[in-house]
Amino acid sequence: MTRYAGNAAALRALVRDQEVHRDVYVSEEVFQLEMEHMFPNSWVYVGHDSQVPNPGDYYGTTIGTQPVLLVRHTDGKVHVLHNRCPHKGTRITSETCGNTGKFFRCPYHAWSFKTDGSLLAIPLKKGYENTGFEQSHAAPGMAPVRHVRNYRGFVFAKINDGGLDFEEFFGESLSSFDNMVDRSPVGQLKVAGGVLRYMHNCNWKMLVENQTDTCHPMVAHESSAGTVVEVWKKAPPGTKKPMAVEIIAPFMSPYEFFENMGIRIWDNGHGHTGVHHSIHSDYSAVPGYFEKMKAAYGEERAKAILDENRHNTVYFPNIMIKGPIQLLRHFKPIAANKTLVESWTFQLVDAPDMLLERTLMYNRLINAPTSIVGHDDLEMYERAQEGLHSNGNEWVNLQRLYSPDEAEQTNVAVNGTSEWPMRHQFRAWTKFMTMGM
Amino acid sequence: MSMVAEAPLKNAVPTDQELIDFVVREARLIDQQRFDEWLDMYADDAFYWMPLEWNQTDPRLTCSLMYEDKLLLSIRVERLKGARTFSQKPKSRCHHVLQTPQVDSRDAAANSYVTWTAMHYVETRLEEQTLYAAWATHHLSVEDGRLKIKLKRVDLINCDAAFGNIQLFM
Repeated sequence: MTRYAGNAAALRALVRDQEVHRDVYVSEEVFQLEMEHMFPNSWVYVGHDSQVPNPGDYYGTTIGTQPVLLVRHTDGKVHVLHNRCPHKGTRITSETCGNTGKFFRCPYHAWSFKTDGSLLAIPLKKGYENTGFEQSHAAPGMAPVRHVRNYRGFVFAKINDGGLDFEEFFGESLSSFDNMVDRSPVGQLKVAGGVLRYMHNCNWKMLVENQTDTCHPMVAHESSAGTVVEVWKKAPPGTKKPMAVEIIAPFMSPYEFFENMGIRIWDNGHGHTGVHHSIHSDYSAVPGYFEKMKAAYGEERAKAILDENRHNTVYFPNIMIKGPIQLLRHFKPIAANKTLVESWTFQLVDAPDMLLERTLMYNRLINAPTSIVGHDDLEMYERAQEGLHSNGNEWVNLQRLYSPDEAEQTNVAVNGTSEWPMRHQFRAWTKFMTMGM
Repeated sequence: MSMVAEAPLKNAVPTDQELIDFVVREARLIDQQRFDEWLDMYADDAFYWMPLEWNQTDPRLTCSLMYEDKLLLSIRVERLKGARTFSQKPKSRCHHVLQTPQVDSRDAAANSYVTWTAMHYVETRLEEQTLYAAWATHHLSVEDGRLKIKLKRVDLINCDAAFGNIQLFM
């Protein structure tokens, strides 16, 4: 049954000012339309250019559900290619990442391509003479994603020609990337430490929403963070607080903490929690780090960079970054009820190793499939994915601290427990889902 | 459910059989969810390490699935008992099948014994049951006449796969 295909009005009707219809989470048809329209109309994160430092380096990932390759071309530029052979559709690369040398070679029939995707050679080329091959879909080679932008190492791509240009799409939200990169004394990040991959049986948007949901930590994470607080109380007085306790305990902060931390709203679904402070504010200083920052930027600027305590910055549609601990979570949609969560970590180039050590500890304590905090969250997502099949109520409520004039506002800071970011994400969802329909 | 108690070491230096029995007992305590007794098998400065990478050598600047000291392990054990631990309502259960542990090295002078154990581990909750294959390496030493775990390393055969929840201990 098709209810939504080609029906912009029906799709718009799924999102109301203060609630959204459950079909945005459970309908396979809506999911397919997200893959066909919403993702291709948006600037979607592909990867970090430090994953492909040398010519011929590649990294395979997805935009929505479409397989793509991030590749460093011989001229040093980063390209994004659709990862299928133009001949029969075979995935070109064997490993997730590696170096292909000067060209890609399809393992099926040995068609080969330059690292910008253009066709290099076909065995028995004569067999295509006088067949009009030059006019075929195969002739150009591996199709490139035409709109690619590398912002301070973070590579984004937009599949469709329409839509917004990069600056218009992200606007002032790029300041969160700036802050994360500026935390390196030489202004450079490097993917480091390995990626945690965690399978979730729920819709990808539940994860995105949860990044700005500040009313759940003290409830859903009482089991993990609350236990940390209780166990730590029994430590002998004067014991130095371990890094792990510094990381998990703040999840139990009271409502007031989260109300006052603030949330900022930008255009197109982007926004961040932690305008004034965050759960990352009170980490111990890392010896030698501030001195390096001061030498690089001067005291005032170094302080300004490090005083920024943004908690979670959501970039619509499907990533979140944590500047203060150099972490990026990528919510990769697989099906309406299935999402692969990849949590990537970055090293601040020329900063002390202990920062990476803390970042990795945070990642495994919070984002691993073996993480007790992760278990708390996934349980809630999966219960929601199941509960939404109830016909008793077809709507999900998002009206906390709603204000009727909010749709027109942008770049505003509001109460940190507002569900405005989620409403805002769904306004963007409607916009990019129905764009050009 | 039998509540077999820990047998004291007969001599200051453990025999191979005593090392093997100790490793088997650890798995049994996990399967029987006797987590307080299980935790007591770990030395105060112990680590439980589950690498993320194949042949991983560094737990500090390379990410792991778990790299936890006794404080973090005790937090896990307390959490499993919690009234509001919703991801354990209902509780998970688990099941180890161990190959006979092999004693890889024994150095009585350094008080250091290493065993290697191939295993299959099943974790189940509600309708889902997942099978994992792994190798456990136990670094053991004798403290006050008892064997203790200094380091338990669990290498999953598919350590780099995307997993769902793994909630208990392998």
